[in-house]
Amino acid sequence: MVAVMTGFARTLRAAGVPADHERTQNFLRALSHLDAARPDDAYWAGRFTLCASADDLPRYDRVFRAYFGGLRAGRAKPAAITVVRHTAALAGDRGESGDGPVPAATASAVEVLRNRDVARMTGAELAEVHRLLALLRTGREQRRSRRFQPSHRGRLDSRATIREALRRGGETARLRYRTHRTRPRRVVLLVDVSGSMTPYADTLLRLGHALVRSEPRATEVFSTGTRLTRLTAELRHRDPATAMNAVSRAIPDWSGGTRLGEELRRFLSLNDAGGAVVVIASDGWERGDVSLLGAEMARLSRTAHRVIWVNPHKGQKGYQPLTAGMRVALPYVDDFVAGHSLAAFEELARLLGGANA
Amino acid sequence: MESPGRLAELLDERAYLADDGLATAAFLALRMGRPLLLEGEAGVGKTELARTLAAVLGAPLIRLQCYEGLDASQALYDWDFARQLLHLKAAEAGGITDAARLEGEVYDRRFLIARPLLKAIETQPAVLLIDEVDRADVEFEAILLEVLSDFAISVPELGTIRAERPPVVVLTSNRTREVHDALKRRCLYHWLEHPSFEREVAILRRRLPACSESLAEQVAKATARLRETDLIKPPGIAETLDWTEALLTLGARELDPDVAAATLGALLKHREDHEAVLGNGFFGDLRR
Repeated sequence: MVAVMTGFARTLRAAGVPADHERTQNFLRALSHLDAARPDDAYWAGRFTLCASADDLPRYDRVFRAYFGGLRAGRAKPAAITVVRHTAALAGDRGESGDGPVPAATASAVEVLRNRDVARMTGAELAEVHRLLALLRTGREQRRSRRFQPSHRGRLDSRATIREALRRGGETARLRYRTHRTRPRRVVLLVDVSGSMTPYADTLLRLGHALVRSEPRATEVFSTGTRLTRLTAELRHRDPATAMNAVSRAIPDWSGGTRLGEELRRFLSLNDAGGAVVVIASDGWERGDVSLLGAEMARLSRTAHRVIWVNPHKGQKGYQPLTAGMRVALPYVDDFVAGHSLAAFEELARLLGGANA
Repeated sequence: MESPGRLAELLDERAYLADDGLATAAFLALRMGRPLLLEGEAGVGKTELARTLAAVLGAPLIRLQCYEGLDASQALYDWDFARQLLHLKAAEAGGITDAARLEGEVYDRRFLIARPLLKAIETQPAVLLIDEVDRADVEFEAILLEVLSDFAISVPELGTIRAERPPVVVLTSNRTREVHDALKRRCLYHWLEHPSFEREVAILRRRLPACSESLAEQVAKATARLRETDLIKPPGIAETLDWTEALLTLGARELDPDVAAATLGALLKHREDHEAVLGNGFFGDLRR
């Protein structure tokens, strides 16, 4: 019996359910209180102990059916996921400069590069921008933490006052005070990776990498398009190239369409944007229902501390926010900034540090 | 309690209808002495289970409502500063200056205020409800994990307070964010769904005896359809009960469009949802 059940747990693990050793032990313990011969009891005991999230349930059900339904699954492999690799369609490689070594950049060359549109760069220039981007460190707005530190003003620190009185043999002469510590405010970056954003998505995700590296505990990065994907874990790698490789494997919908409204709705229902600074990097080229995008932006603006919209096209001369998606979203945006050049990213970093636009 | 079925009967006696899965989950939590983590949308009966379980066990329900910024002094214990100070003043007036003695007196158990987690550890038996754990900060989960692993709380000035018999613990989460995996491992995990049509009718009849079978069926049918509609906040069983009660209060025997619209506020709590439902004539075809 134990062998059958551990085999089941192993099959689950192969299918991507986090049924590790500790969870398997809990499963066996749970079964010992139930009637293990009853399929229902085995089903429930496994579901309570081997699954960690509602997302695991469909996989659990599938494996359970396969394993106990007579059709032993054996070594069930996780359903094959077709990964569309990012074919870096970054414009600019026009053949004349190739990917040769970057000449030692002089101060003025860097200055020129800082203001250039990344979509119009050669591969070598882009690589240099990415190198500089990886060095970008951003400050954060501060929020009040729940922890305290001693201070000369603020609230009475009763514990320290009593301790002090005891040190003085019971004489309550001096009152101690404390104030809340501060913590960096959370930043959530949503990068639109749909087709129209292709020239910028890669650079924006590298910006995400710099943000995660600056404040690993106070940053979340997601890609949006048609399938909201959390990329924070992938972006924690120190090395930008490794991180970007992991990211391109994780994103299922590179260069697809844009359904920002739906994605935002999904984001808001699954994540807590409360108190966070939410940065949306998109050209607002909404293919879905624009009114839904408006409603979800309204909800976002009620939940988040601050909403920043980064639009790569805003850096172009004579840009007007004419796309329907951009127009409905703008009333709910606190800061509307460009996102096409290194200078624009530095400006964004300044905003995240609490500066005003 | 010898089986999940028996527990379901006991819950049923107190008007809580648990399905096979939930009854088994609660049964195992009791037998294995493990916390039960109930996840699911708001209003599927997570909190109510803890309340009913307390009634079944004849144990007090101790509730910790989580919120952003909840900290140890609100969840575990706090020293009663005012009384400590008074005590010191009195000692000072009485000429007692022996620091060691004063320290022992000031950090006495009677000056310690037990917040829900400590209270649950000191009360036997008890049902501890940790409600909406997803609303607390991530840091707070570390405190919870510690308490739920050892069922002990250590107070630096006093020593460790240990539960002789661990309380029955129910945690709920609306899944606004993921609860940390380490905490989930401590718990039995159950995802609660909205009740099936038949179960919802049964719950309405059981909780509101004045509700006729036909009204209960109409209400359950309407709410089931609303849950399929794209709403910001689909109604849970709690809202369905409120709504039916509102309908009964107005003396409705049937669910007609007018009375449905008039009482919609008991069911849907977002202006956008009201507009969506009233705008597309949702209740217009009720009678069909």
